[in-house]
Amino acid sequence: MEISNNQLLRFTTAGSVDDGKSTLIGRLLYDSKSIFEDQLESVTATSSKKGHEGVDLALFTDGLKDEREQGITIDVAYRYFTTPKRKFIIADTPGHIQYTRNMVTGASTANAAVILIDARNGVIEQTKRHSFIASLLNIPHLVVCVNKMDLVDYSEEVFNKITSQFEEFSSKLLMKDVRFIPISALEGDNVVNKSDNMSWYAGGTLLNVLETLHISSDINKIDARFPVQTVLRPQSDEFRDYRGYAGRIASGIYRKGDEVAVLPSGFTSKIKSINTGEIEVEEAFAPMSVALTLEDDIDISRGDMIVKKNNQPEPSQEFDVMLCWLNNDAAKPRAKYIIQHTSNEERAMIKSVVYKVDINSYEREEGDESLKMNDIARVKIRTTRRLMIDSYRDNRNTGSIILIDEGTNETVAAGMIV
Amino acid sequence: MKKYYLNYLDELESEAIYVLREVWAQFENPVILFSGGKDSILVTHLAKKAFYPSKIPFSLLHVDTGHNFPETIAFRDDLVEKLGVKLLVGSVQESIDEGRVQEEKGKNATRNALQITTLLDAIEDNKIDCAIGGGRRDEEKARAKERFFSHRDDFGQWDPKNQRPELWNLLNGKYFEGEHFRAFPISNWTEMDVWNYIKRENIQIPSLYFAHQREVVWRNSSWIPVSDFLKLEENEEVFSKKIRFRTLGDITITGGIESDADTLEKIAEEVSTMRKTERGDRSDDKRSETAMEDRKKQGYF
Repeated sequence: MEISNNQLLRFTTAGSVDDGKSTLIGRLLYDSKSIFEDQLESVTATSSKKGHEGVDLALFTDGLKDEREQGITIDVAYRYFTTPKRKFIIADTPGHIQYTRNMVTGASTANAAVILIDARNGVIEQTKRHSFIASLLNIPHLVVCVNKMDLVDYSEEVFNKITSQFEEFSSKLLMKDVRFIPISALEGDNVVNKSDNMSWYAGGTLLNVLETLHISSDINKIDARFPVQTVLRPQSDEFRDYRGYAGRIASGIYRKGDEVAVLPSGFTSKIKSINTGEIEVEEAFAPMSVALTLEDDIDISRGDMIVKKNNQPEPSQEFDVMLCWLNNDAAKPRAKYIIQHTSNEERAMIKSVVYKVDINSYEREEGDESLKMNDIARVKIRTTRRLMIDSYRDNRNTGSIILIDEGTNETVAAGMIV
Repeated sequence: MKKYYLNYLDELESEAIYVLREVWAQFENPVILFSGGKDSILVTHLAKKAFYPSKIPFSLLHVDTGHNFPETIAFRDDLVEKLGVKLLVGSVQESIDEGRVQEEKGKNATRNALQITTLLDAIEDNKIDCAIGGGRRDEEKARAKERFFSHRDDFGQWDPKNQRPELWNLLNGKYFEGEHFRAFPISNWTEMDVWNYIKRENIQIPSLYFAHQREVVWRNSSWIPVSDFLKLEENEEVFSKKIRFRTLGDITITGGIESDADTLEKIAEEVSTMRKTERGDRSDDKRSETAMEDRKKQGYF
């Protein structure tokens, strides 16, 4: 099987056990032949112990001891499968407990979100929540699966009603690419195999859609941004004068000879060489990990950013952020936090809360300054020094930040720069 | 038309190199946990790429159960010399001699769980603040919940229900005195990815992974190698079989599979048609449904 040129697609699944989310993932793994015999044996045994007929597909996604005992998912779990066309990583996020925190985490690196709607219930509050977060995190592709079609007689009318319900409320959100697929995860209709029960549906199966989504343009290739992670200074005679700047290209393309500026100092130079490991290359692009050398000897350290001279981010000390609060301890007014932005780290203060968002109604609430677990709010942030920022809509990597509480070292908030 | 996207192996490689460089930048004294198995060899190979032309800036830490395949130890020593890195060894035998742990008794006794104490002692004695492991999320259900940067409290324990959220590529490696981190750069790789990459990069691995003739006994549904450490039961029969190992660990519990795959191409081909998970031949994971989770909570790899 020649799969060497295949791409990697990361997607997140949102929904709860009731929507059949675990069954759907189990179905994808099972029908794409990604389940091993010993896993199947163990799940078959557990299924019959629980009195299920046949194999309970949902059990393939079972996790920790507590989760199995309580029948819930506590935390994001990652699952893997490969087809002849692509490698897939599923960020399986729980629907109920701490949904915002977990969904935001799973969504942050996803190319696509799969949203499940129960055909019997149509669009419900949870659908709106999930869609809002997918839009907030700027997930490039959204696949809406109307599940349990077997329970509504595979009715085209029900499916059409739900898609128009979805179109109606989602007009308030920023979505680029939305697809709708009628499925039955339990029966296997339109998940991996095309359904015989819905001849009225002309589109592809879920797997087919995931295999063909155009993801090469998901990363910004226009604005070149290279955050320096560390400086390589080999202690060998052969490389005595070598100073390599190691990092992962956040966006854009770099070529040998490009005129670059180093921020925040502003010094300019030209790219002398680009290496991936021992191999020297003429050009490199996001998300490659490389080492750059420059023509001139400039003082550069971790946290600096190498950009193209004619395309620079905006150095800012005060900016607005859409912030998700992720910690049980609420935000302390005017408290200071550590802010991490690319490879840079400074201290930051939440100056004010502009408004909070109700993620069920999408209403803005002004005047409430508190930030508790799972809250989403637009806030004003001030940092001790300038950060080289872009807006999150333009650049996921240079537009995102996290806040860390100095008292506990915990990651307490995630933010998207407006 | 030039393509400006990476294939999945290049993307996994780039991600792993990013994580390794973050470890170096964020921690004072990180080490690579080196077992001599393919995953830790892969991590070491990626570290070489990440810091070229500098040397790998990490020492290797081997937790030695004393029940080794001689081939693994020879491979380890050879690699350490080639790379010019420092080797640290934590010895389970010493932990037993010092009375820090008790050897298990009975037919299925192993030194697997004993490694936890030796590992945590080595981390404390060497003032290690980050131990880089070759753990992968596809290996086991408890590992599916791991972070790239995974926090351990001052008892070395993992609290899976209270992990720090990890968003985008922003890794938080902050800790208090006495705590440490585990880092997992190849979290997102599957067994198949590992083999395809080893094949592509032509990475040297111990001969045990290739099919070879060996004296074995059938125990716990796999072929266990005959060695000085294995107590044969009365009714157990020794066979000579052509086998290879899918994972390498303690010689007393690592089962082999019958195979003719004696090249990297044949191994990759065989793995792609394999219908059992690789840890299915490890009796340490067969003890209970939550064997791995329980050990990980206490500080296991």
